Order: sequence, then C-alpha cells, then structure tokens
Amino acid sequence: MGMKFFGASVLRKEDPALLTGKGRYVDDVKLPGMLHAAFVRSTYAHARIKSIDTSAALALPGVVAVLTHDDLPEPMRSRRLPLYVPHPAIKQTFMPWVLAKDETCFAGEAIAIVIAQSRYLAEDGAALVEVDYDVLPASIDPREAIVDGAPLAQQGAVNNIVTQVPVKIGDTDKAFAQAAHVFREQFALHRGGPFFLECRGVVADWDAGTEQLTVHASSQGSHRFKRTFIDLLDLADNQVRVITNDVGGGFGPKGSFYVEYGALAAATMVVGKPVKWIEDRRENFVATQQERDQYWDMEVAVDENAKLLGLRGRLVHDGGAYVTWGLVLPWIAATSVIGPYVLPNYQLELIVAMTNKITCSPVRGAGRPQGCFVMERMMDRIAQELGLDRAEVRRRNFIQPDQFPYKVGLIFRDGRPVTYDSGDYPKSQQMALDHMDWENFRAKQEAALKQGRYIGIGLSNAVEGTGLGPYEGATIRISTSGKIVVFTGATPQGQSHKTTLAQIAADHLGVSYEDVSVVTADTATIPFGMGTFASRTAVNAGSSVHLAAIEVREKIKKIASELLEVSPDDLELKDGAVEVRGVPGMRKTFRELAYNAVGLYGFSMKADRDPGLEATSYFKPEQSTYANSCHVAEVEVDIETGHVKVTRVLVNHDCGNVINPMIVEGQIVGGVAHGVGNALFEKLLFDESGQPLTTSFADYLLPMATDVPHVETLHTETPSPLNPIGVKGAGEGGTIAVIAAIISAVEDALRPFNVRIAQMPVSPETIVQLVLDAKGRQ
Amino acid sequence: MPDTRKITVTVNGQRHEAEVESRLLLADFLRHTLDLTGTHVGCEHGVCGACTVMVDGHSARSCLMFAVQANGKSITTIEGLAQADGKLSILQEAFQNNHGLQCGFCTPGMLITLSEHLRDNPDPTEAELREVLTGNLCRCTGYQAIVAAGLDAAAKLRASKAEHA
Repeated sequence: MGMKFFGASVLRKEDPALLTGKGRYVDDVKLPGMLHAAFVRSTYAHARIKSIDTSAALALPGVVAVLTHDDLPEPMRSRRLPLYVPHPAIKQTFMPWVLAKDETCFAGEAIAIVIAQSRYLAEDGAALVEVDYDVLPASIDPREAIVDGAPLAQQGAVNNIVTQVPVKIGDTDKAFAQAAHVFREQFALHRGGPFFLECRGVVADWDAGTEQLTVHASSQGSHRFKRTFIDLLDLADNQVRVITNDVGGGFGPKGSFYVEYGALAAATMVVGKPVKWIEDRRENFVATQQERDQYWDMEVAVDENAKLLGLRGRLVHDGGAYVTWGLVLPWIAATSVIGPYVLPNYQLELIVAMTNKITCSPVRGAGRPQGCFVMERMMDRIAQELGLDRAEVRRRNFIQPDQFPYKVGLIFRDGRPVTYDSGDYPKSQQMALDHMDWENFRAKQEAALKQGRYIGIGLSNAVEGTGLGPYEGATIRISTSGKIVVFTGATPQGQSHKTTLAQIAADHLGVSYEDVSVVTADTATIPFGMGTFASRTAVNAGSSVHLAAIEVREKIKKIASELLEVSPDDLELKDGAVEVRGVPGMRKTFRELAYNAVGLYGFSMKADRDPGLEATSYFKPEQSTYANSCHVAEVEVDIETGHVKVTRVLVNHDCGNVINPMIVEGQIVGGVAHGVGNALFEKLLFDESGQPLTTSFADYLLPMATDVPHVETLHTETPSPLNPIGVKGAGEGGTIAVIAAIISAVEDALRPFNVRIAQMPVSPETIVQLVLDAKGRQ
Repeated sequence: MPDTRKITVTVNGQRHEAEVESRLLLADFLRHTLDLTGTHVGCEHGVCGACTVMVDGHSARSCLMFAVQANGKSITTIEGLAQADGKLSILQEAFQNNHGLQCGFCTPGMLITLSEHLRDNPDPTEAELREVLTGNLCRCTGYQAIVAAGLDAAAKLRASKAEHA
C-alpha cells in the first residue's frame, strides 16, 4: 500500500480547538461542588517539624479542611511514594511522604494542604497555618555533600551517597600509560528546570458510593499516575481512572508523580467533594522537579594523530532530596558521553549525591546534553592543543557507516547493551559543515576582528538513545457509525500525537487522517500505558498503531470477503469502505462491517471471529533506537558586556523515517531554543542554606524571541531496522548538541584571549571575567 | 465579609454584569466566572504573557489587572478572534499553516499580541515581530514558526485589504 499520509506535512488536528480557546487543560475542568486546595510548604531546606497549628486556618470562613501527614487516610499515611526506577546499585532509597511526616528536606516541600471554597481562600488559609521548626544543617553543594562529615540531607541516612557505580570499557589505565597526550578538564554543568508554560495541576474526585477515584491531571503519562494511586491506597484496577487532556508542555518533570497528587486524593476522600489544585509559578520554582547540577572531573588520552585512546574521571550528580529517578539521569549522561566516536577505553566513577534541594528529574535531553558537552569540549580541547581543525579531530574519531550495528561496550538505561542501530556520522557532519561554509569562517572572523567584533563558530555531534521501552499500546476500533478511533496511553504535551498517529493509521485503512480520531491518556480506554517521555512515542505508539491498523484492515477484508463472497485478496480499502477491486458497486462500508462484527443479539458468533472491528497492539522494542545530529552555531560576543548573540544555528538531524516533516522541524527548532537557554541563561540558584533564589521569571530567564536565531535544518533519513516503521525519536535532538556547539562558538569568538570554557550556562559576567583574566595574563 | 463590587464588562461583544470580590484577578474572572477558559494563566507575575487579552483595543496582562479595573471596558479574548461565521481568522489560520503552536498554552497571548501589532503595523519585519513577541514566552516552538505565522498573516491581511479597497 502506498503511503499517502505517512511522510506528509499535513496540518495538525489539534490546532482548530487550541486556536479558538477550546482546549481542555486541567484548570479548565470544573466539577459540581468542586473545592480548591493550596499547600503549606517548608520555608527551610532542612528542618524537623516540631508542631503544626492549623486552628487559625480552620477558623477562617470558607476553609473546609486542613490536612497534615497525620490526617492522611491509610495506607497512604504509612507509605512513602514508590521509587520509579529501582536499581540494585541504589543503596539508599529515600522517597518522600505524601505530606512531610516529621522532617522537611528541601525548601518548598509540602507540609499541609488547605481545602477551601476558592483558591483565594485556600491561600488565605495556608498563610495562617503555623509550623514550628527545628532547623537542621543542610547539604547544598553535591561535591561537599559526599565528603565524610557533611551534614546529612536526610536524618537516618548513612551518608549523602545514594549510589556510587563504576562505568567501564576496556583497560583505561593501560591506554593512558601509552598515550601521546593527556588533557584534563573540570566541568561544571547545570541544566535548569522544565518551565512548561502550564504549571502542574490535578482535579481529584472520590465517589464514596462507587468507591472510585477519578483524577484529571496535567501529566506525561496517566497510566503511571494510576499505578501510583493504586500503590498508595491499595485500590483495585477499576477504582482509579486518570484522564489527561490537553497539556501545556511537559519536558520531563511532568512525568513524575508528585506528593501533591497523593494529597489531592486524600483531600477528596476526606471532604467528599472534588478538589482542584493548580500550581502557581512560585510553587513551580520551588516544588517542580529540576535537572540542575553535574560536576565532571575528566581526563582524555589521545595518540599522536588525535585518535581517542581513553577517557576517565568522576561524575558527581546532584540528585536532590529524594532519589525519585535513581540512577537514570547520570547513567544516561555517562553512556551519552561516547556519542558518534570510537572510544576503546572508558572509566567513570559515577556518584549520585543527596542534597537539600528539589528532587532531580530528567528535563528535555535528560543527561544527554551533559554527556555530549563533556566529549565535544574534549574534542575542541584536543584540537586546540594539537593545532588541528575541530572538525578534523572529530572526523578522525567517527564510527564509520560500515560499523553498524555498533556495540559501544556499555549497558544503556533501557537495560540493553548500547548498540547503535544505524547512522552516517561523517556524512552528517560534512553536510552541516558545507552548509555553514565552515572552511571559510576564519577569514570572516579575521575581518570582523579588524572591526573590533568578536565572532565565533562551533560544532557538536550527538548520538541519542530514543524510543525507550518497555512498550506503548494502541487499540484501534471502528465504531458502528463507521468512525475510526485510536486509543493509546501515550500522553502528548505538544508533540502532535493526535495528528501523527492518525497519519499512520489512515494509510492502512484507506481513509484521510482527518477521519481518524486519536484518544490519548485516558486510563479507562486502554489498560496499559507508559506515557510520553524519552522521545519514545513515534517508535512505541507509532509502531503499535501501525500493527493494530494492519490487523483491523485484515479483519475488515475477512468479514467483507465472507459477506461479498470474494477472496480477501480482491478487496481494497477506500474512503471508509471496502470494495472489490474494479467493481465499484460491490462494496461494504465500515459502518456495515462494524455492525456485523459486533454480532447479533442472541445469535451464535462464528468460531473464528472475535467481537468488534478492532485490534490492540503493544509494540515492545528490543532496544533503544539511536538518533543522531550535528549542530553548528555562530555567535557574536560583546567583550565589554559579556552579551552573546547567537547569530546562526544549523541542525542536521537524523531521526530515521519522518512521519510529518513539519512537526519534526517544529520539535528540532523548539529544542534548539531550549538549548540556547541552557547554554546562556538558565540557572537555578540557591544560597548556602538552601533557599532558592530564582523563584520567578524575573530571576530565571527563559529565552525570548529575540534570543533565538532563525534555526536552519537539514534532515538525513537513516531508517531504524528496529521497528516496523523505521522511525527514531525526534523530541530532544534539537536540544542535546546545541549547548556544546554554542559554547564552542563562544570560545572560538574569544580566541584572541585564549580562554577555555568548561561550564554551562556561561553567563555575561563569566565571559567578562574570562576576558579580564586573559588580559591580565597577557 | 469579602469586599465586593458590581461590574459591567463587555467580553467579545457580550455584556456581563457581575458582583465580584475586589481582589479577583481579571484572568480568574474571565476563566472561572465567565467560563472563558481560552485565556491561560502561566506565571501570575506579568512575564509570560499567556494571559494577554485586549482591553479597549490595547493588549493587557489579565493576571496583572483586577476584574474591577475592567468595569465599563470592552475585552477581547481568544474566543472572540474567529470570524463571524466561526471560521478561523487569517491570523489563526496562519498559526495552523505554519505550525505556530505545539502545546497551545502560550497561544492565546501570542494571538492577542500579534492581532494588536498587525492592526497597527500591517507590514512588519521579522526583527519587529521578534521584538514585539519578547513579552510572550513560548517553551515549545522556539518562536520561529510563530514569527512565520505573523509574517504570513500580515501578507494575507494586506492582500485582503487591497482587495476590498
């Protein structure tokens, strides 16, 4: 069957509603009798709770209830949140209570929930709750937290080390002993928070009669939320339904189940009415998970021809107060270091530290930008030290196209060996360099310098594990009206699943993508789901839709062949009907077939038929697919103010077969903007006592329209052999490599001062300082 | 006792009378009193611009205004931008054609800001549009497609004006 919609830049099905104000985000949910909640949060990074006085809040007219830990229903009261990704190497598994029990471990941790007639009154009530604290010493910097004698981030902890694991390929010490050159670099890498425009939110509704909990949530995976509610309350599968309609951005941290959601379930159970909580932006800065800090102390060994011999060092990752995501982030970072290069020997000591800050969560890229940054900066360093072109050093180290499948020698976060499935890294870089006229930039740079302008160019390559398992499902059902619906647990937050999944189904069913409705993230419509994270939906849900659509198509042909008394091979699907090829009058509509497939009341069903014109598929990828990209950035630096203007960014991205080029382009360009923020602006600051200092968009800067250049893109399509539609993930590739490319360009612009930059973001004051220091040296 | 005031506000051409608490934000009045949930609240401190509405023909942050300040005024929200027959406006259509929205949360503010700008500056440059959009944050698109939608709509609006002139 020819593909009419797969691969086409069709317009989005989501848009007409969103453009006319008819979206349905969580704060748009309004239930009869609904009450509103606000939280009382810890004002200290680490404290013992001596007592909580709720009397003044309860006395306020309009306040219905105030709950603290002791008021939570059992078994929630005696259960901490479950660990998402357990791993035997995690030695200390501290997870939060739904409301702090007797200790708070970061400033912003929820201590009590106030339920009132309006949000305004709930906030009034929260201001009247008095918490008496015994302030405890806090550990803030992860490098200091792991030293013996540091203040314990959690009472009862042995130390502040969640886990310490070795990562190893080959014999690194031997490689270093034989190396022609060894270079050391210490990296201070910061990534900010997600800062989706729609803050988190939940509406919880417990029906005491049916004993069922219905939750509307802004999430990245409604099924995972459902499982957590079941865990916390010991409920049966029929007792929890989680619905996620429109979501105003996620970028990782909306995939986490937060204590506030548990508290909302408790609240609706206690007061017997639906309760809504919508996070405000200040709470978002102090209570939504962030990615934050990694410190890498690394050495690289190369031979006389700049070929990599080995990489070794230590990575300290700031996990924050609770170990929610365990090893996930640093593990991805550690395995992403390798990128598109042959690295025969590698040794890393990976340490996850507990600190008294908000729990760490993956944010768009999820450790990959840091891994990429370390390797790409090392490549630049090698080039600088050996007097080689930066592109040439990379060229000498690329994995070649005939080496696929390429085994890196490590285990990835998906539990499988890191095995790159396909790609052509040398070609990808060359295309990017040609597009940007890399060879001639030096002349432009010298000309600019004569005018007193500091311009620079940088490049960066990344390989990105995408499409992580275990599965995502899709049920395709044709209603007895003939209308086609796809149900999936995938949970979009702007990624356009309602369009792309419809495109995949439409081709197999002989209809327009406009005739396929896609229902996402309602746990009542499909039993299992994982959600949308790790650039996994095209691979997982996309493949499931493909497989289920083929099954429905065959079912349609089978029933029609019986009714029309022809061979299924003579039938074709067209415009919502199936007809005998070449005999337009001989046809059955989907409506007729769906009606037939349901069966007739009281009549026996044919033995070889299952009821309904429907099929369900759960595609289970055997391993991740590996997308790749080459980014080139140009900047102009003002050495007086430290201001960096990103003037050009090119992304050459390979995410396998492209379902909708317009949508992939949107993901790449948007991802670049996120990376511009990570390279130049976004930094979450805390004082030495753990007080967050960046708690508004005036303190923490997101990239604006004038900060982001017009992004140019090139696409290489190397289909993945690992799934039936040949796709790889596209959601994070714009972000991952652009940070290193921008920093490389800034360093290049400052060549006259011979500075080295080993941090992200790089702020204007850092740039000014680097230049002043260099001038002092000269 | 809560301090309340009686207000009369015209929203998208429809007159509303209501008794509101004086501290009620205009954004909350639109969203939760009038159920016009198309206007979004993203930061409540006037930076993100998602809550931007038109007040007497000028864009304004509805999270930085009290409902009582809108007394006697005429407001346009995203729900009031489509054509009379319900079809998307030229700007709305340009957003769809250029993939100018992903999650859609910043979209109401983007549409209002650009509606105002294109009305007053029918032939903007890309740099001008980027400048005018600095009051509206978007985390999904990288702004490129929004700027493209603005330029596309401007060209179509000029053509449509020339046709009717």
